[in-house]
Formats: sequence, C-alpha cells, structure tokens
Amino acid sequence: MAVTDDARPQGDGRLTEKTRVEMREIIARYPKPRSALLPMLHLAQSEEGYVSPEGITMCAEELGLTKAEVGAVATFYTMYRRKPAGEYHVGVCTNTLCAVLGGDAILDGLKDHLGIGHNETTEDGRLSLEHIECNAACDYAPVMMVNWEFYDNQTPSSARDLVDACRAGTPPAPTRGPSSLCTFKQASRVIAGFADGRANEGVQAGPPTLVGLELAKARGDEAPAYPQSQQSKDA
Amino acid sequence: MVFTPVLSRHWDDADSFTIDGYTRRGGYTALPKALAMEPDALISLVKDSGLRGRGGAGFPTGMKWGFIPQGAGGPPGSDSAKPHYLVVNADESEPGTCKDTPFMMANPHALVEGVIISSYAIRAGFAVIYVRGEIVHVIRRLQQAVIDAYAAGHLGKDIGGTGFDLDIVVHAGSGAYICGEETALLDSLEGYRGQPRLRPPFPATHGLYASPTVVNNVESIASVPSIVLGGAEWFSSMGTEKSKGYTLYSLSGHVKNPGQFEAPLGITLRQLLDLSGGMREGHRLKFWTPGGSSTPLLTDEHLDVPLDYEGVAAAGSMLGTKALQCFDETTCAVRAILRWTEFYAHESCGKCTPCREGTYWMVQILQRLEAGTGTEEDIATLLDTCDNIFGRSFCALGDGATSPIVSGVQYFRDEFIAHITGKGCPFDPVASTAFANVASAGASA
Repeated sequence: MAVTDDARPQGDGRLTEKTRVEMREIIARYPKPRSALLPMLHLAQSEEGYVSPEGITMCAEELGLTKAEVGAVATFYTMYRRKPAGEYHVGVCTNTLCAVLGGDAILDGLKDHLGIGHNETTEDGRLSLEHIECNAACDYAPVMMVNWEFYDNQTPSSARDLVDACRAGTPPAPTRGPSSLCTFKQASRVIAGFADGRANEGVQAGPPTLVGLELAKARGDEAPAYPQSQQSKDA
Repeated sequence: MVFTPVLSRHWDDADSFTIDGYTRRGGYTALPKALAMEPDALISLVKDSGLRGRGGAGFPTGMKWGFIPQGAGGPPGSDSAKPHYLVVNADESEPGTCKDTPFMMANPHALVEGVIISSYAIRAGFAVIYVRGEIVHVIRRLQQAVIDAYAAGHLGKDIGGTGFDLDIVVHAGSGAYICGEETALLDSLEGYRGQPRLRPPFPATHGLYASPTVVNNVESIASVPSIVLGGAEWFSSMGTEKSKGYTLYSLSGHVKNPGQFEAPLGITLRQLLDLSGGMREGHRLKFWTPGGSSTPLLTDEHLDVPLDYEGVAAAGSMLGTKALQCFDETTCAVRAILRWTEFYAHESCGKCTPCREGTYWMVQILQRLEAGTGTEEDIATLLDTCDNIFGRSFCALGDGATSPIVSGVQYFRDEFIAHITGKGCPFDPVASTAFANVASAGASA
C-alpha cells in the first residue's frame, strides 16, 4: 500500500507526546472525534513537513481507526505531502486565467531556474514546487503562493527573485498576509487550527479588492439607507 | 445607483477586520435584534427578503432553512430531537471565483455575526466554517474573529443573556475542489475522503452526522445581518424581480481594472466594463464566464445580458458565483478549454464513472487538438463524451466539466478546426500575458 511504501522517507521522530496531546485538543473541538482527522493530519505535517507513516499511525491510534482508513483519507487530499516539502513551498497557479495571464510562463521559468519539477524539492530542502489550481485571487493574476500566503501579480522575473530570496532565507513579506513569511511547518500548524497570533498583521485588502468600492464612492453610489420605520419598529 | 456597497462598504478602513473596527461601524447590532425575535420569524424574514444562495446554485436561502425539521421528535435541544448544525461553505475554489476570500480577509466578523444569527434561526448549537486550507491568512483572520467574538460574549453559553448557546469551529480543508459540493463537504468534515453523497436524503434532514444541517455560502450568511437591520423590503428593493438584493461581482482577466464590484443583481457586463475602464488597451472581449468555469462561456454578443439568475439562464449559461473572467482576442479558446478540462479531471473524486473516465479522456482529446494533431472526428467525440457525462454524473462537477467544452465548440468551432488544418496553435501565448501588455503599453507610450 502506498502509505507504507518502503521507498518513502520515514518519519524523523519529531512526533512527540506533545503532538498527541494537541491531537486530543483538536478532537475535543468536535461533536464526533473523526471530524478532527483532517486538522490532525495538518498537525502531523506541521511537525515533520509531510505526513509520515508515523503521523498516520498516531492519527489512527487517537481516533481508533486503522492505518489504512487514515491513509485512504490522507492520500485523497492534495495538501498532505507524502515527501517532505521544502521550508518554502512554492505554488504557481496554472488554472486557465492565471495560466493565460502568465502562470504557464512563470512555472516554466521556475522549473528551469530551480531544476525541479512539479511536486519536487530542491536538494538543499529549501524549496518545493507545485502547480496549483485556482486559489481565489483571480483579480490579482498571475498569482503565486509561498507556504500558502499570497504573492500577487507575478511575472517570470519577479517569481525568480522571490524564490531566490526564499533560498537565501530572506523572503519578502506576502502581498496580503503577515508582515513576514512563516515556514511551511508553521503555516501547517495554523491550518491545523492553532492560531499564531498574527491575524492583525498585514493589509485588510489589496487594491483590486477595493476597486469597486472606490468607484462607488467616486460616483456617490450607495445602497439605500436602512428604513427608519424598520429601526424604530424593532428597537 | 449602479453600485450598492453593503458587504464591501467598510473594506477600505484599515481596521475593517478587527472586532473593534467592526463594532465601531455598527457591527454586532443586528445580533441583539435577531435574538429578540422568534427563530421562525427570522426564517420568514430571510424568505421574504428573497435572498438566494450566493455559492452558485441560487437556491432560496430562507426556504433551505425552512426545510430543517423544527423539534420534530421533541423540543429543540432535548435528547429526543437530533441536534441541528450550520455549516458555512467557505471552500471557495470554483475557477475564477474570488469574492469570499477577500471578504473574509477584510471583514470576517460580518460572517461570524451572520453565523450566530443564522444558527439561532435554525436552532443550531454548533456551527462550522469550512474554509479552504490553501489561504493561511484568511484562516488566521477567521480564527481571530471567532476568538474575539467569544471574548465579547457573542459566542459560547447564554449569548446576550438569551439562553442561546453556540460554538463555532473554523475548520480548514485540505485541497479538494469537490469539497465545495455540499455533501462532499460534509463527508470531508466527518473525516472521510470528500466524495458526494447520494440524495435524497438531503442535508436538511440527514446532513452532518446524519442530523438536520444547513450548508450556506459565505456571502449568503454574511448578508443576513444587513437583512435583519434593513428588513426584507429594504433588501428586495434592490435587484430584479426574482433575483433580489446586492451581490459581489468579481471581474478578472484582460480587463483594465480587475476587482470586486458590489451591485444589485441584474447589472450587465457592459455596465461593469464601461464604468471600470473596459478591456485592456487596444483589445476587445472575446469570451467570458458569468460565474466560474462551470458556467457555459458567453461572448461579446452577451454584454447586455442582465447578470441575475434568470437573465444568464436565458442566455444559455448560469449566474454561478458571478466570477466574470474576461478573455480578449489574444487568447486561444482551445487552450483555455483544455486547461479547465485538466482541472476537472484532476479534481474528479473518482466516485462515478462518467466523470472520472470522461474527464480523463476529454483531456487526452483536447491535448492533441491543441497540439494540432487532432481530427474533426475528435470534436464530435468530445461532444459525444460531454453528452454522456452531463446529467449522468453523481454530482454537478461532471456537469460543470462539460460547460466550457460544449459552449466553446458552439462559439469557437472554427478555432478548433484551425488547430487541425494548421497543425498547431495559431496563437502566441506571450501576447495574452499580463506582462506582455505592460511591455507593449510601455513601448507605445
């Protein structure tokens, strides 16, 4: 079975009793324990940089499931990595709109520049590369993600600069995100449901998000005011 | 008034996403008003407003709420009645759709307030916001909003001294488009592979944990506080006869000013383009999607189609998520359709044969057509395959996969033929990039 394939790297022993305790915290959030499985896998990934056989075992033990049952879920979802992701996991949107606007050229350029392909990691473990599907930022196309933070309006040369900076350990801040980029493991921990206290960093909106509102204001357009009768009637 | 910013009204305030900012601008005032009402009165209010689901299907939100059995086996909360659940579908991933993400980043509290009011209306004590896992900063903003709402007493036990209890969990997905389908989302939320369920029974009676469940889109739920404050008549004073209210239109692609535009339902693409600056300089609209890639393509013949549920349906497409992806004449339609088809093949969950096999084979055919090694018979095979997927798949993903192909061949058959006779793609991909535009604009300036 794929999840216990010997060719896959084994866990590096980062899963500890603390991980187990935190998995139980996740389970306690839900009316039924199994609902915790997806966040538990993200938590395992946050410790090891991927979902290892040990991560699958720990989830199975905590939920009273077989490893096969957990493995079947883990392999369904693309965010769970089966080999260690780079410290900086780079995604380039190549769904139609981003692809046409330059995502294809960006991805091709990065493959050449880094010498790795889709779902591969550089030898130094710094970077992994993935072509991703529409990431809900089409008004900022072409879009890239690093560790699932937005890097909007990219070009082939800005993309090269971005990955070079990541490789040097000095990534710029995301366009719409925290004031500095966190690692793949740190991001996975937030995704698992453990807040990192950085929600207040970064902008509330980028320029395209505000285009329509600014146009409405310039035109003096507003929605009708709430009716007074409605307010007094129910006050 | 062309534009009616309600949901987006305070997005330009730097602290729009904080609880202080939201509260200072009138946030959380709908909540006490709603909690003073009977739950059934709230359901009636939302029904009367005419609000329809903003996630794509356009099903009347109040009617969906009304399907929840109200204390059938005993009083709400008693052991004899199954618990009710509210699940917010924040798994925004329909290609082209980019409204809920900026919304939750700029104003997560409007969603949280909507969740509290909606949960009270359907008598749910537990709600989940199922958000995409691939956008960490949105997850952060939602997590913080929920933490702050608890601290302010808007969540937890005995909210506002009314005896109403509610917990909200922010639950991140793991990268599967299919989980935007509501029953696949529920399976995923229960810790399984995200595959759609056979219906009936519907989620209204057998949803999360086989209990009565409402699944609503972010924008639908976030519209509820304003409806409570403004009333049904106020909401339905905007929009068209059967498509009421305001909504977010997302303009993207080869346009001068892509972005979010909030307007009453029924605005046209021509209006949006005219007011926002139009297509990029020196180019014209070739084709567009009214509501994501699962809605059949439209062309420049359809600029005056009212963008409401009925108007777009009459033009042979669907309003969908109002994701207006605009492509100009530099774009190869075959390439665009191939890329969307590759997406559907990648995201097909594999549960049913027509979708799993059909999308796979359509990619093979489109790849050779785009490469210039296809035949005219391939076009016929494509359409025949679409015929065998549409209406025969387990869920709407299969149907959606046929939309770009059938509409694309309808409008651009000549272009498919040109790939065959010319033995290759007649388009220069560089010309359609955003940076080519900048370079040529700079050169001509």
